Amino acid sequence: MSAQTTRSGRAVRRTRRIQAFKTSASLFARNKMGLAGLVILTVFTLTALFADVLVPEARLSVINAPGTPLEPPSAQFWLGTDELGRSVLDLVIQGSQISLLVGFLATAISMVIGALVGITAGYFGGWTDVILMRLTDWFLVIPFLPLAIVLAAILGRSLFVIALVIGVTTWPATARVVRAQVLTLKERPYVERARALGAGDRQIIGRHILPNVSPLIFANTILIVALAIYTEAILSFLGLGDPFRVSWGSILESAFTEGAISLGAWWYLVPPGLCIVLVVLGFTMCGYAFDEILDPRLRDR
Amino acid sequence: MSETAAPAGTLLEIRNLRVLYEVRGAKAPAVDGVDLTLRPGEALGLAGESGCGKSTLALACLGLLPRNATVEGSIRFQETEVIGAKPGRLRALRWAGISMVFQGAMNAFNPVKRVGDQVIEAILLHEDVSRSEARSRMQELFEHVGIAPRRAGEYPHEFSGGMRQRVMIAMALACDPPLVIADEPTTALDVMIQAQILNLLAQLREESNIALIVITHDLSVLAQVTERVAVMYAGRIVEEGAVSDLLITPRHPYTRALVGAFPIVGDPASRGVPAGLPGDPPHPEARPSGCAFHPRCPAAFEPCDSIDPVLERHGQRLAACHLVAREEAR
Repeated sequence: MSAQTTRSGRAVRRTRRIQAFKTSASLFARNKMGLAGLVILTVFTLTALFADVLVPEARLSVINAPGTPLEPPSAQFWLGTDELGRSVLDLVIQGSQISLLVGFLATAISMVIGALVGITAGYFGGWTDVILMRLTDWFLVIPFLPLAIVLAAILGRSLFVIALVIGVTTWPATARVVRAQVLTLKERPYVERARALGAGDRQIIGRHILPNVSPLIFANTILIVALAIYTEAILSFLGLGDPFRVSWGSILESAFTEGAISLGAWWYLVPPGLCIVLVVLGFTMCGYAFDEILDPRLRDR
Repeated sequence: MSETAAPAGTLLEIRNLRVLYEVRGAKAPAVDGVDLTLRPGEALGLAGESGCGKSTLALACLGLLPRNATVEGSIRFQETEVIGAKPGRLRALRWAGISMVFQGAMNAFNPVKRVGDQVIEAILLHEDVSRSEARSRMQELFEHVGIAPRRAGEYPHEFSGGMRQRVMIAMALACDPPLVIADEPTTALDVMIQAQILNLLAQLREESNIALIVITHDLSVLAQVTERVAVMYAGRIVEEGAVSDLLITPRHPYTRALVGAFPIVGDPASRGVPAGLPGDPPHPEARPSGCAFHPRCPAAFEPCDSIDPVLERHGQRLAACHLVAREEAR
C-alpha cells in the first residue's frame, strides 16, 4: 500500500477531475478550428447575456427612436438605422438573445428525446424497437415546416412553442443514427464482458453504451442548433414569431417588408444574416472539435 | 456417472448439460450432454476445434447465453444452481463467483474508458467499498500482474496485446473469485508473450488457490497451466484425463489428431509438416449417426457409424470410443 491510500477518496477524485479538465482544455486549445468556433460562440453568448445592459430598452422604443429612418452606417449608428430610426446594431444585439435561446432549447429537447428513443430501441430490441422505430418513422415523415407553422398558429406565438416544435420534429434523425450505433455497440465484447461482470442494463447503458454514442449524439444535435436558429428566422420571417421580441429572423422579416433590398439598405439585411451564418459556423466547428476530444482514439492524429 | 449428490469439496458440478441454439426454427445442440466436476483450486483444460461447444459451455456457467439458446441439465456452482437462477442471483454470481478472461482482450475493453476505471467498475459492482478503496485495490492488482499502476489512467489502445491481457487477468481477479474461466487466453499473442501470460496464470493460481478452466485449441497451452484435460468434439467430451498422461499417450483418435497437430520440441519425427486432420467438425444441425467423429476418424470400424459410444472409465482415463473400448477389452 502506498501513501496514496491515506488521502481521502474525494481528494483523489478532485485532483483527477481537475487533471482531466486540464487535459481536455489543452487538447481543445491546440485544436485551432475548435478554438475559433469557441471564440465565436463566446462572443455571441456574452452579447446575448448582457444584451439588456448593452442596449437599454428605451433605445428600442418605436416612438422615440434615436435616429431618422434608414440612415446608412455612421459614427453614431455603426450599422445604420431601420425604417423607424432604431439602430440596427442594437436590434441585432437584442435579437441574439432570442435566436440563441431558441437554438439551445430546441437542441436540448431534440437531444434528450432522440438519445432516449435511439438507445432504448437499439439496446432492448424486439417489440420495444419495433414500436419506437415506427413512432420515429411517423415523426420523420411529418413535413416539418407546415407542422411548425400550424403549431405556431394554434399554440400561440411564443418562444417556447417555437423551440418545442423544432425539438419535437428534429429528434427522429438522431434517434435513428443512435439506434444504429447502439446495435453494433451492444454486440461488442466489452458489453458482454460488462454483463459477465454482473452489470445490469442500467449500468451497461450508462457506463458503456452512452459514453460511446455521446460524440455521435453531440455531432448530430449540434447541427440542430443551426437548424433551430434558421427555423426561428423562417417562422419570424413568415410573421409567426413572437411579435413582442426582436430576433434575427424578425429583423430580416421587417427588412424584407420595408423593401430594404430595393431601397439599397444593405446595412439592414446583412448584419442579422451574417450573425446567423457565424453562429451556425461556430457550432459546427465546435462540434467537430468535440468529436475529436471526446474520442480518445482520434487524439494525437 | 454416479447419480448421487455432489460430494463435499466440489466447486463446480455440471450434469448432463445440453445447450440448444434455435436456428431457423430447428434446434441444434451446441453442447450435447456434458458432465464435468471441478474441485476448488483445480485447473481443468477444455480442448477442441472451433465450434465444438467449448465457449458455449463457458458462457452457460455464467448464464450468459444468447436468447435463442435453451439450456437443459444442471450446473451447480457451490450452493447455487445456475440454470434457471433469477437474474439478480446470476448477477451476484458473475465475477464474484466465476470470472472470465475473454478471448481477444483487445475488444473486451471499452475503448473510451481508462483501463483502471474498468477494473474499478468490476470491484464496485460487487463490493460495498468506497471508490478510493477500490482504486487502491486496482493498483495492487496491477502490480500483481506486472503492470505499473501509473498506467491505470491510460486508454486500452495505449496498451500492447500482452499488457491488455494482463489487465484482463487483473480484472478477472478483482473480486477474488473461486473460479476463473479463461477463454482462449493466449490467442493472437506471440509465443513469448503467450509464455508470460501462461506463467502469470499458473503463478496466480498457486498463490491464491483459485480454480481455473482454460479453454483452448492449443494443447501446449494446457500442458503449462492445467492438471486435467477434457477434449470436446461436437458438443461432447470424448476423452478426459490427467494432462501429462493424455498429451503423451492420447487414446481417442481425435485427441491423437489434436496432439499430432503440434510439433514436439526434441522430436525430429514431428518436424516439418505437422500431421493435419482433413474435414471439419460436423454442424450441430447435422450430427452424423453413431460416433460423431467417425466420418473423419482414420481408425473407424464397423460399429462406429451406427452405435454412439458412451464416455467410459478406462483406468485413470475417460474415453468415448469403440476403439479404446476394444483395446481395453483385450
